Order: sequence, then structure tokens, then C-alpha cells
Amino acid sequence: MANWIPLWLHKLSSPPVFYRFAGAVRPWAIALALVLGIVALYGGLVLAPPDYQQGDDYRIIFIHVPCAWMSLFIYAVMGISAFMALVWRIKLAEVVAMASAPIGAAFTFITLVTGSLWGERMWGTWWTWDARLTSELVLLFLYLGVIALYHSFEDRRQGARTAGFLALIGIVNVPIVHFSVVWWNTLHQGSTIRLLGPSTMAPSMIWPLLTMMAATKLYYIASLCGRTRADLLALESGKDWVRQIAEREARA
Amino acid sequence: MPAMTDTPPTATLLEARALGFHRQDESVFGPLDFRLATGELMLIEGDNGSGKTTLMRILTGLLRPEEGELLWRGEPLTWDRCSGEVVFLGHQLGLKAELSPRENLRFTIGLHGHRNHSHIDEALTRVGLTGYEDEPVRKLSAGQKKRVALARLLLIPATLWLLDEPYANLDRSGIELVDALLEAHIAHGGAALVTSHGAVQFHGGEPQRVRLHD
Amino acid sequence: MAASRSGFACMTDLRRPGLMHACAAVLHRDLTLAWRQRGDMVLPVLYALIVTSLFPFALGPESALLRRIAAGAVLVTVLLAMLLALDAMFRSDIEDGSLEQLMLAPQPLALMLGMKILAHWLATALPLIVVAPLLAGMLHLPASVMPVLLLALLLATPLLSLLGGILVALTAGTRRSGMLLALMLLPLCVPVVIFAAGALAAAQEGLPWIAPIAWLGAALVLAVVLAPLACAAALRIALDS
Repeated sequence: MANWIPLWLHKLSSPPVFYRFAGAVRPWAIALALVLGIVALYGGLVLAPPDYQQGDDYRIIFIHVPCAWMSLFIYAVMGISAFMALVWRIKLAEVVAMASAPIGAAFTFITLVTGSLWGERMWGTWWTWDARLTSELVLLFLYLGVIALYHSFEDRRQGARTAGFLALIGIVNVPIVHFSVVWWNTLHQGSTIRLLGPSTMAPSMIWPLLTMMAATKLYYIASLCGRTRADLLALESGKDWVRQIAEREARA
Repeated sequence: MPAMTDTPPTATLLEARALGFHRQDESVFGPLDFRLATGELMLIEGDNGSGKTTLMRILTGLLRPEEGELLWRGEPLTWDRCSGEVVFLGHQLGLKAELSPRENLRFTIGLHGHRNHSHIDEALTRVGLTGYEDEPVRKLSAGQKKRVALARLLLIPATLWLLDEPYANLDRSGIELVDALLEAHIAHGGAALVTSHGAVQFHGGEPQRVRLHD
Repeated sequence: MAASRSGFACMTDLRRPGLMHACAAVLHRDLTLAWRQRGDMVLPVLYALIVTSLFPFALGPESALLRRIAAGAVLVTVLLAMLLALDAMFRSDIEDGSLEQLMLAPQPLALMLGMKILAHWLATALPLIVVAPLLAGMLHLPASVMPVLLLALLLATPLLSLLGGILVALTAGTRRSGMLLALMLLPLCVPVVIFAAGALAAAQEGLPWIAPIAWLGAALVLAVVLAPLACAAALRIALDS
């Protein structure tokens, strides 16, 4: 491990320490995510005024945009963890990368569904090949490919490293795909639909959006903690610290 | 074989300190310590499933050990440090079934960057495959295939031979062939590490023995 | 570099690793093997022919409609045929231990794998490119677009081989199915398809088509340099436990 990494970070990458840390963080993250989520939804669905162009239909962006942002953010986290796992062989990084994949795929799916719903209201069609949605679709396939590759290995660690490598290749691909789809859209002149219009947003619309972004991020942290803890237990099942936890829970 | 640039009489090639390997929480083989120098032969014994092949793959540099240290000439063993001095004969022989022994050996020579193909016939005769040089390998028996792989040892100069189950599939004359090759190699300052799951009688003197337990 | 004598006089020169010889050896061996099993080279071509003939069955035989979809359909068909053949790139080498020997040889692995990918492309893509005019003719593609189609395929198919090579290396040693490979490869192919099809559509309209072709060319140059390195890294990751 590199010498410049602070000691507490190095300690955190040890499975039993991270297990305890994540266990402490998770309830707070869930609670905060729930609170912020409700506040954001109230602000977006009730308090914010109707858009002068789209009426009430635009309100789905309070879910769609944070989910789209998370789908990209989680992919970046997955890529960074995969990089750390491959270069420095940190076990925790492997687990974090693989645990993030299904969460990211779920957010991508929600983005696609909400985008489709919005499209139906706006243009009467359930699907449109605009640049953003098409890029999200390809992103979903990338996530699914990583998940499928991970599960096709019997050795969990080897599967994690291999799928992590695939995720890294995908990272290079995401901007390329986005660029090519944008070009493809201009070529076919069909729908220059921009799901997020150039209209500046009123402040009353911005704060629910930002709050929801924070809420989804906290949800991701909570979910990641939960999944990582479960995966760590499975990965280290032969070790002493896991056995102690199991005994403690059996006694309780 | 080209004239050898002289190595000192015994240079330690391989050294293992507390070498171990896990897979999915199960220990494949436990802490291992050994040292192999030039002019020495080491025999790794163990039953089926005791991790001999995994150990071999670690020694070639294809696999990274999880515990302990493995040194090649005093430095941690990596592929680029030892490639070019090591020849590996694995359980899968690395022969293309559709090509003949001659074509397979031509490829091996070319792959190692040499151009001289004139010794292929001599090598094939030495391993007892006269008359079979141009038969596709898939038509040969298991023992004959093994002999083609052994011919590789004659054509590629290397300091260290890593042979995984070299005696498998061979008849008595084949076993004597392997012994003869090993004796000649050791006598000229090479080293060899051989795995076997049966008892092996080596005529060139007593080898170091390392036993892998389950 | 120390060497062992075993009673043989061999005049090989050990000082230079003979990289050119090694590349030539790998290329020669793989092409010889492909030729020995040349029946296998015909299968992707037959597949492409059959799939192309499904389009008129599915969409009706009017040439106006077929003409509009011809270029894209041929592109996708060739892509799918190559995908099917991709799986075999390393499979036999993994099974008989040749890949191990390749990894252990004192040569840069990336270059050796690059030669293997080249041999695979020559054996699978070239027959498809040769038959592409026939496929396009079946769908009534205008003759003026044919040269652009061939150029686009000449640039797109090696890109597919190179990207596919990385992914096949990544799945080396798993119980993989062709479906998994397709799932992993197709998202990476989307830009290639978009630019190739864009060039073809432009050519069909009589518009300038050189820009997307240039992008494909640039991508190919990049891939030729980077993909073998990624392939070697992927192989080491996949086989290192």
C-alpha cells in the first residue's frame, strides 16, 4: 500500500474494522435518507409551482434526475474501487465494487422507466432514442454485463477482479457512447428532444432537486454498507472475526 | 546447445519462505520452505489434490502466492525476471492436436525467437519418435504426445526445468528417457523441479524431497 | 543468460530474443490451424447468408424498403456472425495448454496476443467481407454504396476483433456462454455501429461520408495500439487466482 495513505484509512480497509464501521453508519444513513427523501418529495410534488410549459408533468424530474446522476456516480465509484482492487489488491475495494453494481443498475433502471414515463406524457411515445436515454440504456447493459461476469466465476475474488476490469473498460466507453449517440441524433434530425430543457429552473424547484440528490446519495451509502457487510461475511467466512460475530449472535 | 556462460558452481535459483496459497478460504498448501540451486534436483511429492499443480503455477510466475515469499536468484519472483530461463512442462502439454510434432516444435523454436530448426529431427529421434514426425499429434498415443513435449526440453535451453508429472503416461523406456534427460541437465549445471504422485526412482543420486500434505 | 548443455550442439543465438520470429511463428501457426480446419471458416459466412435472407422474409420483398435497410442490416449481420466466431479465439489454446506456454515465453504477451487476434480476423472477417457484396445485393443495396460498405467493414471488423479479444481473454477459464460475451461486447460496439452506419447512410443519400469513416480509422489505430495491451492484462487477471 502506498505510504501516503493515512493510517485510519488503511485500518478501515481491514474487513472486521469496516464491518463495524459500516454497521454504525448504516442506520443513520437510512434514517437521514428517508427524512430528506420525504422532504424533497413534499417540496417537489406539493410546494413547487407547476411549470409554465409542462404543467404538472415535469415533476417526475425530481426522481428522474437524481437517479440519472446516481447511475453515473455509482459507476464512477465502481470504477475507482475496481482500479484500487486491481492495482493494490485491496479486498475491500473488490467487495465495494461488486456490491455497488446492482445498486447502480437499479438506479439506471429507474432512470429509464421515469424517462419513459415522462416521454409518454410529453410526446405520447413510451420510448424515444434521444441521446440521454440511449446512453442510459447502454449504461444499463454495462452494469448487467459486470454483474453477469462476476457471477460466472466460482472464485469470488477472481470474479470481482475480472468484472472490475470490465467496469474499467466500460468507463472509457461511456463518454464515447454518449458522444456517438449525440452525433447519431443530430444525423437523423429526428428528435432533438432534450429531457432537461434549457429553461432555467426556479429556486423553488431547485432545492427539492438538490435535497433528493442528497437523499439518493445517502440511500446508496446505506445500501452499500448493508451489501458490503453481507459480502464481507461471506468472503471471510472461515476467519476468526466472522466466527466470533456468529457466536455472539447465537448467544443473543 | 550453446556454450554456457559460466554460472558459479551453485547459485541459488529458487527460494521459498513460508510459501502458501488459499482458494476460497481453504488452504491449498501450507507454509512451504525450500531452496533449489543449480545442479540440483527437487522432487515434490503429494497425493492428488494436494496442490502440486498450483505450486507449479506459482513457480512459473503465472500465479501469485498469497502468503510467504518466493525468490528467484535473490529477488522476488516475477515473470519477467525468470522468463527465458525457465521451461515449464505442464499437465496439459501445450501441443496443437492438428499439427505434427515437427510443426509443433518449429513453432516452439520460433516462439522463443530462434531460427535454427535443424535440430528438430535429432530431438525427435532422441525421444523415440522416428517415423512419427509428420503425423498430426491427435493421432499419437498419450505416451507419444508426452515424448513430443519432452523434445521441447532438448530444443529450448533453460536453466530451470519445471516438470509437472513428467512420468505420467510413459512406459518403461519413456521413464528411462526422462531420467536420462534429467541426469544430463543436472550434470551440466541446470536445475529441475519435478512433481509426482507416485514413488519415483531417480538414478542420478538422491533428489531433495518436499512433501505436500492435504 | 545461463543455458544448460545437454550434449547437443545448437547454434542458436541467445542474445537477441527474436521478436519478429516469434510474431511470425504465432501468425503462421494460427493461420495454418485455421486452414487445416477450413470448414470452420465457412460457417460464419453461411450464417450471414441465412440471416440476411431472413430480412426479406420478415419485411416483405419490396425492393424500396429493403434498399433502405440494406446497409444497416448487412452491418449488423456481419457483426453478429463475428460475435459467434469470437468465442473460439482462445478456447482451443486454453484447453490444450498452448496459451500457458505463450504466456511463459520470453516475449511480450501483448504482441503475441495481437498476432493471434490478427490471425483470427484474417480467418473469420475476411471471408465475411468478401461475401458482403453478395449480402448487400440480396437486399438491393445501390451499387454506389458498395465501396463504402466494404471500407466500413474493413475498419469496423478489426475493431470488433480487437475489442472482442479483450473480452474473450477476460472470460478465459470460466464456463462462459456466447450470450455472456454478447452482453459484454455489444455495449462496446454501439459507437462502432453508429459511425459505420452513419457513413453508409450518408453515402446512400449522396452526402459526404468521410467524417465518420475517419473517426472509425482513428479508433482503429488507437485500438491496434491499446487493445493487445488490455488483452494481455485481461488474460493475466482472468487466469491469476
